[in-house]
Amino acid sequence: MITITGVTKAFHKGDVNEVAALTNVSLDMAEGDFITVIGSNGAGKSTFLNALAGSFPLDTGRIVLGDDDVTGWPEHRRASLIGRVFQDPLLGTCAGASIEQNLAMALKRGQRRGLGLGVKAADRALFREKLAVLGLGLEDRLKTTTGLLSGGQRQALTMLMATMVRPRLLLLDEHTAALDPKTGAMVLDLTAEIVQAQNLSALMVTHNMAQAISLGNRLVMFHRGEIVLDIAGEEKRNLKVEDLLRRFSELRGGEGVSDRMLLC
Amino acid sequence: MTTYALLGAIEQGFAYGLMVVGVYLTFRVLDFPDLTVDGSLPLGASVSAVAITAGHSPALAVLMASGAGFMAGAVTGVLNTKFRILHLLASILTMIALYSINLRIMGRPNMTLLGQDTVVDWFASASGLMPHVSTPVLFGLVCVVVVAVLVWFLHTELGLAFLATGDNKQMITSQGVNTDTIIIFGVGLSNALVAASGALVAQNQGAADVNMGVGTIIAGLASVIIGETVFGHRTITRALIAALLGSILYRVAIALALGLRLGDFAITPSDLNLITALLVVIALVMPQLKARMKRTVAGRAK
Repeated sequence: MITITGVTKAFHKGDVNEVAALTNVSLDMAEGDFITVIGSNGAGKSTFLNALAGSFPLDTGRIVLGDDDVTGWPEHRRASLIGRVFQDPLLGTCAGASIEQNLAMALKRGQRRGLGLGVKAADRALFREKLAVLGLGLEDRLKTTTGLLSGGQRQALTMLMATMVRPRLLLLDEHTAALDPKTGAMVLDLTAEIVQAQNLSALMVTHNMAQAISLGNRLVMFHRGEIVLDIAGEEKRNLKVEDLLRRFSELRGGEGVSDRMLLC
Repeated sequence: MTTYALLGAIEQGFAYGLMVVGVYLTFRVLDFPDLTVDGSLPLGASVSAVAITAGHSPALAVLMASGAGFMAGAVTGVLNTKFRILHLLASILTMIALYSINLRIMGRPNMTLLGQDTVVDWFASASGLMPHVSTPVLFGLVCVVVVAVLVWFLHTELGLAFLATGDNKQMITSQGVNTDTIIIFGVGLSNALVAASGALVAQNQGAADVNMGVGTIIAGLASVIIGETVFGHRTITRALIAALLGSILYRVAIALALGLRLGDFAITPSDLNLITALLVVIALVMPQLKARMKRTVAGRAK
């Protein structure tokens, strides 16, 4: 059970540029909920994910993951419970380290790091097995420097790393947006597979409405820093892209729908 | 170059070798340009001179120097991570403060170790070698041991977190590592090595001077870059060894430059800073020039 209560965050407080990024956002997630998150640019989707990850302190609100109230925890401490994949494929992996070193670092997420050998021979079998699932041939390239991989390969690797140790919550921030359609689809399939196999609780931000509808068991829509729509179960299964577009234009009160929304 | 002069350059190269390795750790591994070293080198010299004069063993004096260096580096790390001061500025602040601190430690601008026991004397009599041979051997041994320990460390779990901190802060934070702690510890470790180097240099030349640190960072950078260019830096092990060997090449180059004579013109030690600065500029500009040349050639080929 994940309980997010009354999260509020304003940037540039007391400045003419003050932006209310999140206003009193609350969300309860059941164990195994896979929620897709949509909304126009600047609606607060990414800010919400960053708030959960602990990238900045909240103005108000509480975040409880299972038995742990993590509201006051710094980002690196929350990482013991949270796995993340970013929009930028370069952010999730360490370019200078080898594939196996990256995986070894991920295997230690949330644990004390000591003076034991970084990459243990015994872990290599596990790494190979995990990499083989990707079907990218990376299992034979454990010593390859990660910086030499393509964006899609790195994003797939990040996906593995975020779930190497089962996270209580998985945060996916438009993690396929920067990839070409084919690679994006591959990473998305992988995501669905891993989330299902590990029965993960996950939040996935996307601009692609078809994706938002086809994946996950629940959908929330952000608008001006608030959750304005929360659809689950049967209703979500029957949802059509047109329904969402209609909801969007209603929200905007005749402002119309942005090009980016229609392009999906 | 005579054998004697070459041995002297190697001796200098190893004496400053720990400093170069320290600069490599901050500048290349942590991506943290750290000017603290200009203050922590004389700090190490001062601490070791005072400790020896107070009757402590010279080897212990080197350890005390590295302890002091660690604290100096940690101060820079704290200023940068906890108080959000730009790394360059944070390190300059510590460097400036160390000038006063070094004067306080010694109680005067310089201190001679004439007639005092040093690690250099101890090793010369223990090994039975001639002093001009035994000193480079001693310093070389110290450097090899330190580099070996660092190679091992950078392959541990903690070492990987250390490497990742300089490479991708967001990634390693998301894997649960507090990068602030790593930076404070890393800059501390680097300055511990620099201070140890300062202690060795002081014991070798028989004096500590509050001004002996001027230009340390540039000499360190020059050595690191020469090492990388000549010996490569594909793996961390290779890069560390390259940094150490770069230190020797740098001192050899300096010795050769000092022997240069063009008619009435001769290079004097006071020209060294200029030469070193030029060396670093050339080394930094070379890769860009090479890339530009390649592009031009490729453009013509089309």
